[in-house]
Amino acid sequence: MSEETVPIYTVSSAPHAHSGASVRGIMLDVIIALTPAMLAATYFFGLHAIRLLLVCVIGCVATEAACRKLMGRNLAIDDLSAVVTGILLAFNLPPSLPTGYALFGCVVAIAIAKQVFGGIGYNPFNPALIARVALLVSFPAAMTRWHSPLNPDRWTSLGWIDAATTATPLDLVKTAVTSGETLPFSWDGSMAMRFFVGNMDGCIGEVSALALLLGAAYLLWRRCISWHIPGTYIATVAILAGMLRVINPSANMPLTFHLLAGGLMLGALYMATDMTTSPLTKRGQIIYGIGCGLLTMVIRRWGGYPEGVSFAILLMNAVTPLINQYTQLGVYGHKA
Amino acid sequence: MLTILLTAGVIGGIAVLCASALALAAHCFAVYEDPRVGELEKCLPGVNCGACGYAGCSDYAKAIVAEEAGIDRCAPGGNDVLEALAAATGAAATTLEKMVALVHCNGTAENAKHRHAYNGIMDCQAAHQLAGGDMTCNYGCLGYGSCARVCPVDAIEINKNLAIVHPDLCIGCKACVASCPRNLISMVPASKKIHVLCSSADKGPIAKKACNVACIGCRICAKLDGDAFTMDGFLAKRNYDNDVTNPAVIEKCPGKCIVDTAPAPPAQPTEGQHA
Amino acid sequence: MKVTRALRKLRGSIHPQYFKGLTADAPITTMPAPAKLFVSMAQHLGAPAKPIVAKGDIVVQGQCIAEAAGFISAPVHAPASGKVLEVDTAPTPAGTMAPRIIIETDPQNTETQTLPPMPEWQKQPRETLLARIAEAGIAGMGGAGFPTRVKLSPPADKPIDTLIINGAECEPYLTADHRLMVEHSAGIVNGIRIICHLLEVKHVHVAIEENKPSAIEAMQQALEQLDGVEASVCILPTEYPQGAEKQQISMTTGREVPSGGLPMDVGCVVENVGTVLAVANAILEGLPLTHRVTTVTGHIVQTPQNVLAPIGTTYADLVAFCGGLTNPAAKVISGGPMMGMAQPSLEGSTTKTSSGLVFLEERRVHVYRSLPCIGCGRCIEACPMDLIPAAISYTVEGGDYDKAEALNILDCIECGCCAFVCPASRPLVQHFKLAKPKIIVKRRQAAAAKGTA
Repeated sequence: MSEETVPIYTVSSAPHAHSGASVRGIMLDVIIALTPAMLAATYFFGLHAIRLLLVCVIGCVATEAACRKLMGRNLAIDDLSAVVTGILLAFNLPPSLPTGYALFGCVVAIAIAKQVFGGIGYNPFNPALIARVALLVSFPAAMTRWHSPLNPDRWTSLGWIDAATTATPLDLVKTAVTSGETLPFSWDGSMAMRFFVGNMDGCIGEVSALALLLGAAYLLWRRCISWHIPGTYIATVAILAGMLRVINPSANMPLTFHLLAGGLMLGALYMATDMTTSPLTKRGQIIYGIGCGLLTMVIRRWGGYPEGVSFAILLMNAVTPLINQYTQLGVYGHKA
Repeated sequence: MLTILLTAGVIGGIAVLCASALALAAHCFAVYEDPRVGELEKCLPGVNCGACGYAGCSDYAKAIVAEEAGIDRCAPGGNDVLEALAAATGAAATTLEKMVALVHCNGTAENAKHRHAYNGIMDCQAAHQLAGGDMTCNYGCLGYGSCARVCPVDAIEINKNLAIVHPDLCIGCKACVASCPRNLISMVPASKKIHVLCSSADKGPIAKKACNVACIGCRICAKLDGDAFTMDGFLAKRNYDNDVTNPAVIEKCPGKCIVDTAPAPPAQPTEGQHA
Repeated sequence: MKVTRALRKLRGSIHPQYFKGLTADAPITTMPAPAKLFVSMAQHLGAPAKPIVAKGDIVVQGQCIAEAAGFISAPVHAPASGKVLEVDTAPTPAGTMAPRIIIETDPQNTETQTLPPMPEWQKQPRETLLARIAEAGIAGMGGAGFPTRVKLSPPADKPIDTLIINGAECEPYLTADHRLMVEHSAGIVNGIRIICHLLEVKHVHVAIEENKPSAIEAMQQALEQLDGVEASVCILPTEYPQGAEKQQISMTTGREVPSGGLPMDVGCVVENVGTVLAVANAILEGLPLTHRVTTVTGHIVQTPQNVLAPIGTTYADLVAFCGGLTNPAAKVISGGPMMGMAQPSLEGSTTKTSSGLVFLEERRVHVYRSLPCIGCGRCIEACPMDLIPAAISYTVEGGDYDKAEALNILDCIECGCCAFVCPASRPLVQHFKLAKPKIIVKRRQAAAAKGTA
């Protein structure tokens, strides 16, 4: 140690070792996990999927940067959280939604649902879902205008494909049930397999259960999510759907239909598991998952909307602080 | 027509119902309060700073009415409030010397050296807990702004790693005094402008090594003006009972730690309004 | 010899990189006394010792140079012979000031002073043995530095039935205890025998982490020599924090220390292997505690090793003895990287609790960033006490210490698991360390107010 240069050491509180985990790393893992579903979306919906993904990611990141600048905070967009929100928002949009609407969704998601509350970590509701619901109630027509997957024009045309406008499976079921008609599907193994792969009408990211499950397996392996929320959510939906089918087969679709149709997989695996808006403890997460499942099935079966995943998760987001309050662990050394 | 009438009727009915419910509640749950409390509260400044030792101005007013506290505890209010309270209570008024907080350190980033690089909570207490703070000087201001955060009127500025109290903004509530882990802040008469801006009890060479404007314990000030300056070990202390009669001390201080703050600290040229 | 396994799982744990290979196989080396020793008087928990020598005095190795200042205190002995250069005050790592004795060592003076050995210790009354342990200045060498004499004299209403010898050494990098168990197993067993006699206990668990097979084997063999008590080596899984006192009691006995309580509340006494060896040396050979083994390690230390050095050796002298550094250090830690204290300079010196000195280069230094909590819940999973660190840290940040207390912040053992896993790099442990003393002071004030009212 030479005399003239006294080294300046860093002094911080213990611990001095760290696992290396970072917010950015977690977000990167989520993006990796979402990649199969992005590829599936592109395969089924072509240019529209690419357009929506690009618009939403750029829109969200730009909104985040603008908000941080306006609020005079440092431009912390390198944590990639806005990218994740953008991808998830795009996943929740119908393929032919015009770009302007998608941008509106980005502003709602980042500015209103996230930055107003203080940015990452402080938002009480899932930003992508707030944006989806805002779009759904503001522009119901545009948000429920679907076109079929695997459209032959999908690699060449970005225009409206009016001829192909259809309805989602859940729409068809809801219409049939409310008007007292017979159920529109003959549900069998091949149909279930078609839905599982993702060949069905719906939002671009929700169709392929296969791709979503692949990504979720990665997240589970990386310990970014645990089984507690998705497991209890999906199980609750399955049990309720099975019970309803047994009670009244003529008015209720089978269990597998409810698992594969609509946004359940996307919601249970990626939206409900959002760290900030879900409970902290495992016990709380189980309660939360069951609540999500119950609300989803109640809305699907008895509610006004054909699909209930978004509303169910947002409602459970609202009670997350309450769940946190009542699911504290029994601390070591305290008698239960 | 009927629809309009019906609507108006229903809404009017609800209004009447709610109003009566409110009136009833106001009557049933009314809490009696001594009217003198309200009167006294009007005299108080209403900043709820806690300098009087009570939870807020209202609490203090109650304490005066209950004769638990005297009328001379409101530092921010100064003589105006004291007179108003005296008039309201009929008690005899005395005069208060306006006291303001002063940080007894001048260890800005240019003057004081760092011993290590601190990484952690931006809080003076937290920084002080780790190896006694990141300044080479064991006594000087750490500059993480714990005092500035507790100040109810934003009178403390962190400038170049040093806390500075703006005396014209300070209301004398003493909240900052307790917040400093190094006990650098004390209350001084606002009328006195010449201070010893150092708290280092270290011997000269050690203090000098740590900071360019440290008191080296040379005793020159105590020799030149023994009424205004006394020595406490290796540290000169200002005796605020007396004015500085020999301004040469400022020039003669080899450590440059005796400072005349009369020209006002930076960016606050409103000196003299309280003097 | 009986070998047992942990009875429970830790409620929360982490798996840091251990890097014990740097020094695990390096035999303990003895460092000669450096030119100057800086002996702090605050080496133990409780009141700092009172110096009884003055500037200019000639002291002899082993001579008492400071006496205990109260019941929870410990005397300090000269680690080497020489002249007292100065008796001054210096800041402790906790930021408080404590007296310090600087000794200029004299290599010519090889004289040493010991207390009379007690080979027939079994025949001595309990009080005499305890007095010797106090006289030898022994304080817990695991980290907290609790005076051992106090620990070994539990009140009559707290019957002790189990002695746990802590050889877990779960801190990354450190191997001092490991080497002690390998090289001084017989001495440790002698110490166990004495402590068993003092506490009249019949059960002994020597708790060692699985990653130290050589220590497990050595202790197993040595324990064969122990008669009259039921002793076993308890093999703990390799995870942090197995060495934490409360966790270790649960792992070995299945008991849970009540909140705010001590091990003696569940009939246990936990002693670090180094302390046990010091007890044996004090009784059998009359040696006061003047030296200890410190692991000087890190990837940038020329020859990382376990050094038996006089207490009061400066970090600069220690690292020089180990051949210096190959690259500049960015952080120097006294103790292990999980609970040790970062040092502002190499001017500091070793104490009775200096288990290690770890040098980290720039790239291994973790930078706390205090980003907002994203609610991932990893800290909750990692917490061995089942606290909710994320929530507690927010209450502390907001200054709501009452809420923090309600969230059981005082049960925090400051092991660092939460901050280790936090992806937002929040200085969680620092929040707790900041708030806990304030809450304890507040509690005392409240209790005092209640008492006078």
